[in-house]
Amino acid sequence: MTISIPPSTKNKPERLQPTGWLRYFSFSLDHKVIGIQYLVCGFIFYLIGGALASAIRIELTSPVSDFMARDVYNQVLTLHGTIMIFLWIVPVVNGAFGNYLIPFYVGARDMAFPRLNAVAFWLIPPAGLMLISSYFINGAAQSGWTAYPPLSISTPAAGQIIWIISVLLLGGSSIFGGINFIATILKLRRPGLQLMQLPMYCWAMLGTSILVVLSTPVLAGTLILLSFDIVAHTGFFNPTLGGNVIVYQHLFWFYSHPAVYIMVLPAFGLVSEILPVHSRKPLFGYTTMVYSIMAIVVLGLMVWAHHMFTSGTPPWMRLFFTIATAFIAVPTGIKFFNWVATLWGGRISLNTAILFSCGFIINFVLGGITGVALAQVPFDVHVHDTYFVVAHFHYIVYGGSVFVIFSSIYHWYPKFTGRLLDEKIGRLHFAITFIGFNLCFAPQHWLGLNGMPRRVAEYDPQFTFVNQLSSVGALLMALSTLPFLWNIFYSAFKGPISGDNPWQALTPEWLTSSPPPVENWIGEAPLVTKPYGYGQNAGGEPQSTSEGET
Amino acid sequence: MTSITPLNKSSKQSVSSFSEPPHKEEHADHRLFGLIAFLVADGMTFAGFFAAYLTFKAVNPLLPDAVYELELPLPTLNTILLLISSATFHRAGQALSQTKAKECQKWLLITAGLGFAFLASQMFEYFTLPFGLTDNLYASTFYALTGFHGLHVTLGALMILIIWWQARSPNGRITNENKFPLEAVELYWHFVDGIWVILFIILYLL
Repeated sequence: MTISIPPSTKNKPERLQPTGWLRYFSFSLDHKVIGIQYLVCGFIFYLIGGALASAIRIELTSPVSDFMARDVYNQVLTLHGTIMIFLWIVPVVNGAFGNYLIPFYVGARDMAFPRLNAVAFWLIPPAGLMLISSYFINGAAQSGWTAYPPLSISTPAAGQIIWIISVLLLGGSSIFGGINFIATILKLRRPGLQLMQLPMYCWAMLGTSILVVLSTPVLAGTLILLSFDIVAHTGFFNPTLGGNVIVYQHLFWFYSHPAVYIMVLPAFGLVSEILPVHSRKPLFGYTTMVYSIMAIVVLGLMVWAHHMFTSGTPPWMRLFFTIATAFIAVPTGIKFFNWVATLWGGRISLNTAILFSCGFIINFVLGGITGVALAQVPFDVHVHDTYFVVAHFHYIVYGGSVFVIFSSIYHWYPKFTGRLLDEKIGRLHFAITFIGFNLCFAPQHWLGLNGMPRRVAEYDPQFTFVNQLSSVGALLMALSTLPFLWNIFYSAFKGPISGDNPWQALTPEWLTSSPPPVENWIGEAPLVTKPYGYGQNAGGEPQSTSEGET
Repeated sequence: MTSITPLNKSSKQSVSSFSEPPHKEEHADHRLFGLIAFLVADGMTFAGFFAAYLTFKAVNPLLPDAVYELELPLPTLNTILLLISSATFHRAGQALSQTKAKECQKWLLITAGLGFAFLASQMFEYFTLPFGLTDNLYASTFYALTGFHGLHVTLGALMILIIWWQARSPNGRITNENKFPLEAVELYWHFVDGIWVILFIILYLL
């Protein structure tokens, strides 16, 4: 549904839209189709990025570079990082679930700008294909996902330029998506629905979209300057021509630290939807949750230089960014306690969705604690650019965001398809993922503390055993996708019929058929003012008080 | 419900429902809101450039043999041109609300003319400056900033010409009832103008 196209042209595009499975390959304007497009496209890139990660871990089973040449290793790790961030986590936690759920949550029939929405999605596949094809043309970029100059200026130019163009396209896609989410949440709310009655995922997406709109353009501008340095031999970030590499780092992290929140805030929102449903309790501390999301948005824009403590930052800057980063642990901690309090005393059905959510909580605490440690200058200076950092951010982005993505897929799969996923295979998937993930990344803390640098194909032989242990974990993670893929495909055709609302959930997306009709509701959109009112009308349930305790 | 066939059915149902007109509940126009969000994003790109330039200025001294000198008269003239063009665009919008189509077109044409005059003057400055794009850090930053802004002016002037063309014919697409295109380009034009003022202060006066 479009907004103000005159009625004569209004029917035309929709009638041309294919139906059935073909619409997933079309320029569809339906937010649900676009959401699934994001999800499936992102998952394909996850498999590619995962294959690259496996290649990295195979290489690191021995201390010499025998599996790949050194420059190939650099290309593989650059592609791995870029794909996982820009083509898997960001599009899926924002684009996929955001597009599918936000219009339901605000009581709208589509996003505010459906065409812009479709454009935002269709920027992603060409950007991703271009990025991957650069490996086969002239070698992919070699300077890591951060593309720090002077390294990115001195490595082969073709791959780096293709990398910049794809990241610019993906950034554009992200900005278009962000504008759309802000407009949808703020402007398209059903009459009578207050902001403070919205499900938490809306708040998370609002905060994330503000970060996207404010910080992604800075990355775009920076990468344009970097491409000038590479193509036209200007000297913005080239010290030999009088330029300044530190300016690049500041501008880059001004985007890329908020990017962490762009990856993890929507995951916070999704977990806040899943936990109340499966523990049959209202979300604990709704108001504090909203304020902590907004606090994270504000603080998230002011902590970027904690990535640069070893870049010769002056003492006052180190002090400021250490304190600001320590502050950000407070709202994050509030959210953590809210989730635990939501689970506390609930009637928890221990299904795959909540297992992955609980896995997220455990992993995220570990990743959060190492994050607070890394924000302290005296500690950071020692472990900077070691495997400790690698372990830390994988606990955040994999143990955090990816666990939530899986949790969300198990939770919303009945909504997408009308069928349930197999719980036994699901639990197997969770068990292998959880064990594999921790086996892969927990030892890397030790490696980093003992001084193993990241992004290097070769290492001191004393680290061999622990690296092999980590690689076994990576193998388990790779294997864990097999039961998941089987589950997804088998259940799409043979899974038990779920009915419209298999979880007895109260959020608006479940108050329609599963899968929903094109315009979401046959009649009027329902007005859901208490999306977390579990156990409140059942009478005598002890857990109905938590909302007032904030 | 089974999974695959109902997908088809439900979509067919609602496709047919599109041909009937049941969804008359047109919601308000949010395009201007979206444009403002976009301009905030665009402004952040400039903010990044400005921050880079100011940091360079604070930290990186000009290399001893580098040439970087700017003259004031021409950019001052450019500033005046853009400020006047903002006013003329405003007049065009006013004329449209008073359904004076001819006058609206006249002011639009004047605005576009001022925009192109700005670009010509900027080009002239480029050709007369004693430094090139790759000469030194400051020269590169100067061309990057003014070039990125000039790109915005070029796009804006072309868009003004397009809406001038659309408002031209007697039953043109841009009328008092459908003035979003004009409002959008006007907002964009004021934004580009505002960016120039900041750029002028930072680049030429500081």
